[in-house]
Amino acid sequence: MSSLTYIFKRLFLMIPTFFLVMVIIFLLVRMLPGDPAIAMAGDRASDADIQAIRERLGLTQPMVVQFWLFLSNTVQGDLGRSILMRSDVTTVIVDRLPITVFLTVYSVVLSLLIAGPLAFVAALNRGRWPDAVIRTVFQVGLSMPVFYIGLVLLTFLAAQLRLFPVGGYGDTFGERLYHLFLPSVTVALYTSAIIMRNLRSAIIEVLDAEYVQFARAKGLPARLILGRHVLRNALISTVTLLGLSIGNLMSGTLVTETVFAVPGMGRLMLEAIFARDYPLIQGLTLTFALLVSLVFLMTDLFQSRLDPRMRLQ
Amino acid sequence: MSDAIFTPTQPTFMQRALRKPGFVAGLLIIGFSIMLAVFPGVFAPYDPNAIDYLALRQPPSWAHPFGTDLLGRDSLSRVIWAYQVNMQMAVFGTVFALVTGVIIGALVGYYRGIADLIFGRIVDAVITFPFLVLVIAVVAVLGPGLVNMYIAISVVYWVYYARLMRGEVIAQMGNDYAAAGIVMGYSDRRIIFRHLLPNAITPVIVYWMTDMALVILLGSSLGYLGLGAQPPQSEWGVLIAEGRNFISTAWWLSLMPGIAIVVTGLGFSLLGDGLADLLRPRG
Amino acid sequence: MCTTFHRTGQALPALRDVSFSVSQGEVLGLVGESGSGKSVTLRSIIGLARRYGNVTGQVRWQGRDLVGMPDRALRQIQGREIAMIFQEPMTSLNPLLTVGLQLEETLHAHTDLSKVARRDRAIEMLNLVGIPSAKQRLKDYPHQFSGGMRQRVMIAIALAATPKLLLADEPTTALDVTIQAQILDLILQLAQDMDMGVVLVTHDLGVVAQTCDNVAVMYAGRIVEQGPVRGVLKHPRHPYTVGLMRSVPENLPPRTSLYSVPGVPPSLDALPRGCAFAPRCAACVASCEQDRPPLSLITEGRQVACFNPVTNEQGNAA
Repeated sequence: MSSLTYIFKRLFLMIPTFFLVMVIIFLLVRMLPGDPAIAMAGDRASDADIQAIRERLGLTQPMVVQFWLFLSNTVQGDLGRSILMRSDVTTVIVDRLPITVFLTVYSVVLSLLIAGPLAFVAALNRGRWPDAVIRTVFQVGLSMPVFYIGLVLLTFLAAQLRLFPVGGYGDTFGERLYHLFLPSVTVALYTSAIIMRNLRSAIIEVLDAEYVQFARAKGLPARLILGRHVLRNALISTVTLLGLSIGNLMSGTLVTETVFAVPGMGRLMLEAIFARDYPLIQGLTLTFALLVSLVFLMTDLFQSRLDPRMRLQ
Repeated sequence: MSDAIFTPTQPTFMQRALRKPGFVAGLLIIGFSIMLAVFPGVFAPYDPNAIDYLALRQPPSWAHPFGTDLLGRDSLSRVIWAYQVNMQMAVFGTVFALVTGVIIGALVGYYRGIADLIFGRIVDAVITFPFLVLVIAVVAVLGPGLVNMYIAISVVYWVYYARLMRGEVIAQMGNDYAAAGIVMGYSDRRIIFRHLLPNAITPVIVYWMTDMALVILLGSSLGYLGLGAQPPQSEWGVLIAEGRNFISTAWWLSLMPGIAIVVTGLGFSLLGDGLADLLRPRG
Repeated sequence: MCTTFHRTGQALPALRDVSFSVSQGEVLGLVGESGSGKSVTLRSIIGLARRYGNVTGQVRWQGRDLVGMPDRALRQIQGREIAMIFQEPMTSLNPLLTVGLQLEETLHAHTDLSKVARRDRAIEMLNLVGIPSAKQRLKDYPHQFSGGMRQRVMIAIALAATPKLLLADEPTTALDVTIQAQILDLILQLAQDMDMGVVLVTHDLGVVAQTCDNVAVMYAGRIVEQGPVRGVLKHPRHPYTVGLMRSVPENLPPRTSLYSVPGVPPSLDALPRGCAFAPRCAACVASCEQDRPPLSLITEGRQVACFNPVTNEQGNAA
């Protein structure tokens, strides 16, 4: 099967899932307390104004019709108007999306840089002191909430030592790398703990695998055994794991954006919740879900590239 | 390398457990945490709400090991009283999801069919949201607060338990004893709850332990974000948030409660890991 | 040779005082129940066991000791002079790499052949082990081969650098009965053509009878009896060998219950003081529980570790 057909098949399978995602978002937002029309109209609006807004939002229609409207508008890219930002939700999100994506990708890269080599060191020294030290440190890391890691880094590296900016985003690529370094490290420290743990056991499993024993018995150089036989197989489980932890990672970016005042989607989400800005909550939740499924799709494609057994199915 | 042969010299469960330093450490940490949660008054040196205008924002000292806060309250006492709330999270934040998840997972795994199909879609949809986004969206619907936070976590989290349970039940169904039960004409209820469930539940229990650590982290995160426990209640996340704006002048306000989170989280995860290790079938 | 594994501070002696020799062109069978140390013996010889445990004693290979040899020097022997094939053809080939690459990397490590020459040699090897349209199959992945074909591929890889000794760890156990004989014949034929020694691990006495020159019987990490195949199988002297032979269902009338050696082997962390087989042995005498019988020469070429060996007549009856 060609990879194009595979992508289409995979996208097709996402339709029922996304229908359900839309249902969940729709129901959640309809259950928000308070009348969104009143919130939108402001304090000095007359009853007639509120009624007009209600009709414009379609709130007077039956639920099924409302859902249909929501669905068709969303498919057309119309997510309504944000009360808080006084602008189209789509515009607001398109504005903030790159920041969150940048932060997420940055965190993934950093987590791999931290977890990858250490997992190898731990696995190759299984049961000896380097393994014990690495595992203990990461076990502690796993018990630290993201916002706390962020605060500690902020206190010592940014506020005390003034090595990094305390917040903001920056304009050029280089500035962004610098500004988002601490927020990304914060997320990366947490996710790398998850990755290290699983990657270590994946590598150990591969090291003990019969085909690695056979490769050793063939008298191959150690470099080749690690590089060709162990690394490639361990990479597959790393990619799978990264894909599965993307939700965790994005939860982390949401928190880190708040701690470091990064103007991304996560911080906006919290602002929207405190302001009861329901079109914005709706739009952001949907965008987060889209991002996660996009990552799931990429993971699948990458896996089928790496593993010949999946290519033919 | 050795075959699994039972010999009388095989150590008992307790003996094996006590030989694992991680497990023992976890047990001690959680035991002590429970003591602090149940009897905070015995351990806290001061009244957590006693305001002392003569000792505002004092750095850590012998009199106040964790310093004092903006109103001169003793930080250590507040951290200790917070055990009540945070340990309670580990229970209430997980139990409902555990029970619902186990029952639904067992039923879906046993009956399969259309229910399983629908369940599969629900799982797909739920894992498509970043976990925290969904939880705070539900909290937004219900309004901030501890009870609403428990509801939000349970509403989302049962899916994860159910998914795990379903997989285990299906795996157990492959064993002969399940088939034997069906052949013997036992009722479905008897097969599911008397035979399958006890065998399938081990990984779920192990997961529960790790989950307790996660929920404490999550609960304090929500407290920090202003969506969980509300001030003036003593809760680690809330305490950290209170000190957030004074981080360069009064760092201890935010850093000290975090230590409690890390230690307790570590306790639960050590316990979970140790348990997973002990319960793993040996061969 | 001794091999000891450690688990949580506890030493598990998997092999103790195992000693045998194989000469060029000879086929030695290594038999015993699972867990008796057959696989560990092979892995200790080729240096795979050293990563997991402590190997002591000597493995003498053409005047050199392999046990103390550094990894780098050992790699010049692994695959080039001593090769090994494994039991599971499904898991012994790397699923992510083409068969051609896995064959050529062995040649790359042990020969000076050019890229083109390596490819030709790879095709030649696949032809040799009987894989049709070898040229096309080089770029196939292991999962595109059947179990028997995969085992042939593994043999091709192992023998690519023309080793002098082949260690075969139950090479046919995982295969269909019909294919088992083909693979065995292939191994023996190639061994003969290449004048190669073979150590064949198996628990199938029938295979031993058909294929081996000499046989060593292992129990609980020790050799309990060894000698020429005809002698050992015709007149087994160790009670355990007798038991093993009785458990082969041969020429039995229908509805006779199958014989099995009573009891289970001891676990490695609870080996008895005396003879490890004593608790299951019908011919056990008092000294068996006190002392461990040494492996001693009984007749020309025959060694048995037993205080109360079975006499020829009894052996015949079994």
